Amino acid sequence: MERNQQLRRQLASMRQSLFDQGHLDEQFILLEELQDDANPNFVEEVVTLHYRDSARLITTIERALEKSPLDFNKLDGYMHQFKGSSTSIGAKKVKAESTQFREYCEAGNGEGCLKTFQLLKRDYATLRRKLEAYFQLARQAGPNEIACRPK
Amino acid sequence: MENGFSSPRNDTFNPAGLRVLVVDDDLAWLKILEKMLKKCSYEVTTCGLARDALSLLRERKDGYDIVISDVNMPDMDGFKLLEHVGLEMDLPVIMMSVDGETSRVMKGVQHGACDYLLKPIRMKELRNIWQHVFRKKIHEVRDIENIEGFESIHMTRSGSDQSVDGPLLTGEDLTSVRKRKDAENRHDDRDCGDASSTKKARVVWSIDLHQKFVKAVNQIGFDKVGPKKILDLMNVPWLTRENVASHLQKYRLYLTRLQKDELKTSVGGIKQKDSPSKDSAASFGIQNSITVHHHNDVSNGGYRFSGSNSVVQNVDAKSLEGDVKGIDTIPVTGHKRVLTVDIPNSHKARCSQIGFNGSFVPGHSDVNFTSFDSAIPTQPWSEVSETQFQHEHKPLRLENDFTQLPLPGPRHHIQVDCIQSGPSASSKPSVVDKDNLKPFDCTYKSNYPNAIPIGSAVDTFPVQTTSPIVNHQPFEPIARTTSSMKSQGLNLSCIPDLEAAQRNINWGVGSSLTSLDEDLQLCWLQGDCFAMNLGLQDINFSEYNDPALNSEVPFHLYDTMRFDYEHYYDPTECPIIDQGLFIA
Repeated sequence: MERNQQLRRQLASMRQSLFDQGHLDEQFILLEELQDDANPNFVEEVVTLHYRDSARLITTIERALEKSPLDFNKLDGYMHQFKGSSTSIGAKKVKAESTQFREYCEAGNGEGCLKTFQLLKRDYATLRRKLEAYFQLARQAGPNEIACRPK
Repeated sequence: MENGFSSPRNDTFNPAGLRVLVVDDDLAWLKILEKMLKKCSYEVTTCGLARDALSLLRERKDGYDIVISDVNMPDMDGFKLLEHVGLEMDLPVIMMSVDGETSRVMKGVQHGACDYLLKPIRMKELRNIWQHVFRKKIHEVRDIENIEGFESIHMTRSGSDQSVDGPLLTGEDLTSVRKRKDAENRHDDRDCGDASSTKKARVVWSIDLHQKFVKAVNQIGFDKVGPKKILDLMNVPWLTRENVASHLQKYRLYLTRLQKDELKTSVGGIKQKDSPSKDSAASFGIQNSITVHHHNDVSNGGYRFSGSNSVVQNVDAKSLEGDVKGIDTIPVTGHKRVLTVDIPNSHKARCSQIGFNGSFVPGHSDVNFTSFDSAIPTQPWSEVSETQFQHEHKPLRLENDFTQLPLPGPRHHIQVDCIQSGPSASSKPSVVDKDNLKPFDCTYKSNYPNAIPIGSAVDTFPVQTTSPIVNHQPFEPIARTTSSMKSQGLNLSCIPDLEAAQRNINWGVGSSLTSLDEDLQLCWLQGDCFAMNLGLQDINFSEYNDPALNSEVPFHLYDTMRFDYEHYYDPTECPIIDQGLFIA
């Protein structure tokens, strides 16, 4: 019991840091609120789906950025999709970067695109890692307590 | 203002259990939306591909109440899907996107989205989506009527098409137009020649076909669009100009409705501009938007609306009818207002929308009306009634003249009446009414005939007004002509039906056509006319009964009433209405 308490505290602080560091926004809270008995793993499921989709998009964008004349239209389209996906889990930082990326696309600024994409990839990977750790910890804390907001 | 239309469904509508189809290629969002919608007590179906969504929708046309779709999807642009859903299923569609760019939102709305949600979507936004379904239901009556009207108008479309091409409006020689029309109609005639089988061979507008169509329309430009041009561009061998014309009409209607929905509130004042006779316009508004458009267009032309008074009255009568039908609580005046609003909207919509609606519709109206007009100016109808069909032919020719020349005041009035009656019928009468009340149909006919007679008879019959006017002053003018009709049921006559109106309109054309050859239109028209005649027979049209005429169009005369019924109840038509515009 004691251990569980500790785990839960740790879980809460991990979660809080994700917000504090600007990685997540209120969409993530909404996901948590949607989680109920009918879908006890709802948040994790959504996050998993998101990363499945977005990983593919990251690859696609990466390839598109390697082309010598950049196709900004295409890039913008991909990033639009990526942004939508990031929105689903409330990946705040990544979302902001994808917005920035799209602005560069519109301006035809290839340099800006590349730079922003590097940032984006970094933050994307960071959040992914943190969320994975978070859910892993949550599982340890007990199935019923997964991702519950500290009361 | 929609309250005025309070439908019986108001009480029974229940947001819970709303059947929502969610389309998004983003699986995470799909999952979230599903969950959110379920929390709203909606029944949710999810779909990751737009194409799948379309086939789902097509499989079960009545399986969903509303569609929520992402804008960007790899297999099909969300706007395309939106278009298809709007055209084929006539379901409310909510678009969603992370992109809140004004132009995107505008595009969504232009394509018919009833709402545009930005991701991340919140529960409170979804909780309210039932309102779109509800709103649709409220408007459904009107829409259905519109559609029905179109169905009946189809026959006339050849004329309208030509107008689009330019001839009618510009005052070109009508005879050539007529010939073309006849030629075109002939094959229709075969299909529909049998009064009992109104069905035409229907073209299934598949996605591809529709896309070709839309592409062609876009290529040509909305103001210049015409069935022939579209047909040429589409390059689909088996497709006929008629098919395209019909589809184009529905497409316009669809676009119009979209616009109408948006503009309703704001347009209030425009109507006045459009037609000299505001009141009349307003009254029109109640009825079909389409009809209204026609009217407006006409008025713009400058010919017809001068005689607003009588029209207005008619409207009142119509509104009254509407009340009788089921809007007991709403005062007639209220109806008028409502109607008025609608009209302007529709009108506007056309103009703003893409112009092409306006042009096209006008064509229909023009053609139809012109025939009327022509008849009126020369007063051929009165003659015709007295004499024979041949006279009717003359009227058609006169039409040409008519288009060019403004009609005298009295004529205008008459025309107006006719027009109004037409529109009124179409607009207000709720579908339900039509379906439920066969008598109404009869009424329509009677009304229309009345209106027409008015045109011809205005001068001659004015005094007759008298008793026939059952309830409404407005009808007095009509009553004059109608007096004979009275017996049939003035009240009913009040009930406006687009079909009736249209038919009436067609009627004018039809008569002309009859002389040339029997066409489907003729059948329809004749049927209508005859219906009208039924009322009028006593007075003017006794001649119609003339054996010779009968031989030509026998069933029309005798079967008129029945004929109409069939039309209304024709299963093919009804389903169309229910399912959406584009089934045909």
